[in-house]
Amino acid sequence: MITHYGYIDGSGEYFISIDSDKCNSCRKCVEQCPQQALELVTEFIDLEDKTVAAVTEEHRKKIRYTCAQCKPQENRTPCVLACQEGAITCVWKPA
Amino acid sequence: MTEKPADTKEYWRWQEYHRVVPGKTWSDKNLITAGVDVGSVGSKAVIMIDGEVYAWAVTRTGSNSPDSAIKVMGMVLDGTGLQQSDIKYTVGTGYGRVNVPMANKAITEIACHAKGANYIWGSSVRTILDVGGQDIKAIHCDETGRVTSFLMNDKCAAGTGRGMEVFADLLKIPIEDMGKVSLSIEEEPEPVSCTCVAFAKTEAIGLLRKGWTREKVIAAYTRAMAIRMANLVNRVGLEKEFVVTGGQSKNMGIVNRVENVLSVKTLPSPNWREGGLDPMIAGALGAALLARALYLKAQGS
Repeated sequence: MITHYGYIDGSGEYFISIDSDKCNSCRKCVEQCPQQALELVTEFIDLEDKTVAAVTEEHRKKIRYTCAQCKPQENRTPCVLACQEGAITCVWKPA
Repeated sequence: MTEKPADTKEYWRWQEYHRVVPGKTWSDKNLITAGVDVGSVGSKAVIMIDGEVYAWAVTRTGSNSPDSAIKVMGMVLDGTGLQQSDIKYTVGTGYGRVNVPMANKAITEIACHAKGANYIWGSSVRTILDVGGQDIKAIHCDETGRVTSFLMNDKCAAGTGRGMEVFADLLKIPIEDMGKVSLSIEEEPEPVSCTCVAFAKTEAIGLLRKGWTREKVIAAYTRAMAIRMANLVNRVGLEKEFVVTGGQSKNMGIVNRVENVLSVKTLPSPNWREGGLDPMIAGALGAALLARALYLKAQGS
């Protein structure tokens, strides 16, 4: 399951997407995020509880500010580079 | 001079009800499971017998989640002859899911909505737009109802059921007529510029003062909401097997406009007023289905 976090507004479109099927809960992205915007959560997948990376509840609603600094690097952001499983993607499309 | 009575009509109030599927019976040989979906605005409960819907209830969420869960569970049990103890497994879901006292497990509403939509509309459903009381979710799932991708709106109640309630009160139009009224205009106006409930309300008052009719104002607001929703749906991947769930699935002004913006028709929904499954219970229904699967899994191991 891929969870998209982000926004679409007049400035453009920004999304950080985490694929919980690929995530191995290694925690590296959590450690590398300069904004402490990521955490490990329990997700219910195929009748099992799995520990996966997610954007924290607090940061979900203000991701345009949280990710503003890293955003222009797109797929070279610290979280994307930290993930060896390729579970995280960042897309920024300015309007 | 007699004082004019204040207008105390609650235009936002929508129908709370419960239903037992006629002709269905149960015994202790059946596996009875339940799903309780405590949303930000509405609470829903579904009871299933061997994986088939037996009863459901829809009510307004109060100020406290446990009380709302107890209330909706009481409603759904009413008229079934069942006791809480007859239910083998209960899954809680929705905004207040961690505070459902009778639940054996809490599961996020995403997984539940996809399962529920798969049951209501069949395995062809791929794209689900859930318009809840305080958020909008776009979900893409496979033929088993497993979620493949998911997106939630990034902020507040902009363009949600609660926003529509605020507008119902402001324009003095009963909430259940909002869709019809919004479609009664001859020409679609430009959408309001902001869907934030607080700002949209201010903008609407300005438009009314400018001489816009209530119909035109609500059309402009509904259109703005629909455009927002369409953006989310496009992001998770729109396929033509598309459905709308949640309270606003009953607002044809919303559904119609989302269809127009996306150029796709939603799959036909059962008529809940005539006894069909209510698209609003998709989350609770999915929770009851997952409750059954979890119970069977626990028995097997």
